[in-house]
Amino acid sequence: MAIMKFAPEALKNLFLKPVTTSYPAKPAEYPERSRGHIDIVIDECISCGMCVRVCPSSALSVDREKGTWTINRYDCIVCGFCAEKCPKKCLSVNPGYQTPGGEKLEAVYTKSPEVLAAEAAKRKEAAEKAAAAAKAKAEAAAKAKAEAEAQAAAAAAPKTE
Amino acid sequence: MGMRSVVPFGPQHPVLPEPIHLDLVIEDERIIEAIPSIGFIHRGLEGLVDKRDFNQMTYVVERTCGICSFQHGMGYCEAVEHIFGVDVPKKAKYLRTLWAELGRMHSHLLWLGLLADGFGFENLFYQCWRVREKVLDMQEMTSGGRLIFSVNKVGGVIKDIPQEQLNIILKTMDEVEEELKVIKNTFFEDYSVQSRLKGVGVLTKEQINALGAVGPFARASGVNVDMRLTGYGAYPDLEFAPIVSTAGDCYARCYIRTMELFQSIDLIRQVIGKMPSETDLFVPVKGNPDGEYFMRVEQPRGEAFYYVKANGKPNLQRMRVRTPTFANIPALCEMLKNTELADVGLLVLTIDPCISCTER
Repeated sequence: MAIMKFAPEALKNLFLKPVTTSYPAKPAEYPERSRGHIDIVIDECISCGMCVRVCPSSALSVDREKGTWTINRYDCIVCGFCAEKCPKKCLSVNPGYQTPGGEKLEAVYTKSPEVLAAEAAKRKEAAEKAAAAAKAKAEAAAKAKAEAEAQAAAAAAPKTE
Repeated sequence: MGMRSVVPFGPQHPVLPEPIHLDLVIEDERIIEAIPSIGFIHRGLEGLVDKRDFNQMTYVVERTCGICSFQHGMGYCEAVEHIFGVDVPKKAKYLRTLWAELGRMHSHLLWLGLLADGFGFENLFYQCWRVREKVLDMQEMTSGGRLIFSVNKVGGVIKDIPQEQLNIILKTMDEVEEELKVIKNTFFEDYSVQSRLKGVGVLTKEQINALGAVGPFARASGVNVDMRLTGYGAYPDLEFAPIVSTAGDCYARCYIRTMELFQSIDLIRQVIGKMPSETDLFVPVKGNPDGEYFMRVEQPRGEAFYYVKANGKPNLQRMRVRTPTFANIPALCEMLKNTELADVGLLVLTIDPCISCTER
């Protein structure tokens, strides 16, 4: 009769160690690939905003002027799409889950002053270059216009006589 | 004839992991009719196609359900890939099949545990979930998530499984098989388990066909429907035959799912044995999809439909998911007729209800 079919197994389990771990006392071990949270090497970031565009849960924001990269870790679903799309590969998915909290705080990462200064200088240089190019273009256009007008005046002059 | 009364069942009930409500019209202790109502956890995931582009949707559809999450992503990606007309690398197909079968195993083990809990066999419930934990560890090791894989992308997969991890999977499968054999005996032969399952909630093949039930629920009544036979992923290269029973009762449903666990172990071994050596994991897709496609995949609970319609823009025009539980609810209501009130919890459980899927 198939009564107490499980009894031997149940009895055996009485003398085995618990399968569960004493979690808070002994921290959990995560495998290497565990998707816990997103990390950024902020000084390599070029503030292109690609991660912001691809994020399915709109958890990211980038401020190019201030040089910040902001993540709302409570909105982030750790899909890893931003890390996949990042052109500089400065984003990475690492083990270690976000700890719970009372408020939905955002984590703000700011670039170091040297990088920010270098970027500002680069931007300024680019702006000056662009301004110079625009000025040169404007001058060339004005010159061309003046020439065209002179030609037109020269062409129109004989007709009136 | 006794007096008729209506007993509400759910949305909160110990056997239900997720909310579904049934109005049970009973006469004495016998059920005359069951009227279902769903809609407690609708999240509007299908409507998100307006706001998220087709690549981002891969991650959204995965979160439709925590149990068959991989197969949701797989069904969606296959549908969009068919619209693009791209040929996915063989290795990606094999990896997808491997993950899909791991997902099936953990889903069936979860269900067996819930079933044991449903008829009050708590020790068996612990044992099933203990084994399931090993499968979850395999999933976390290979994909990085215990339940949400996030490895699919339109065109292939993101992550490769290195050979050493494949070896660990094979080793774990051996352990799991040994432990399952012990659990299987209890489910199949124990007197008290049989007395709760045998002859309860019988549905005939004709009823199943008329009501359009799918998955293990239909196969338990002798209907041989298995979408894996339609040949997506690596299934055409693998040897397997759907497990079918003709009894149509709760015992048969338990039998089907238990045997499918062994089938999944076998399929995982075949996949690892035939794993192609190529290194391409995905083909790049360019532009936006234009067209429409119906994809059918066999989830642990049965056939899931993925309808995708695109019009050449980054956002899809329409996406529709029909999940197996949705298809099984009419058959559930038919099955509940003329059963005892005390069996309702068990009978609802035997369709393996996944309400988050159903309401999306």
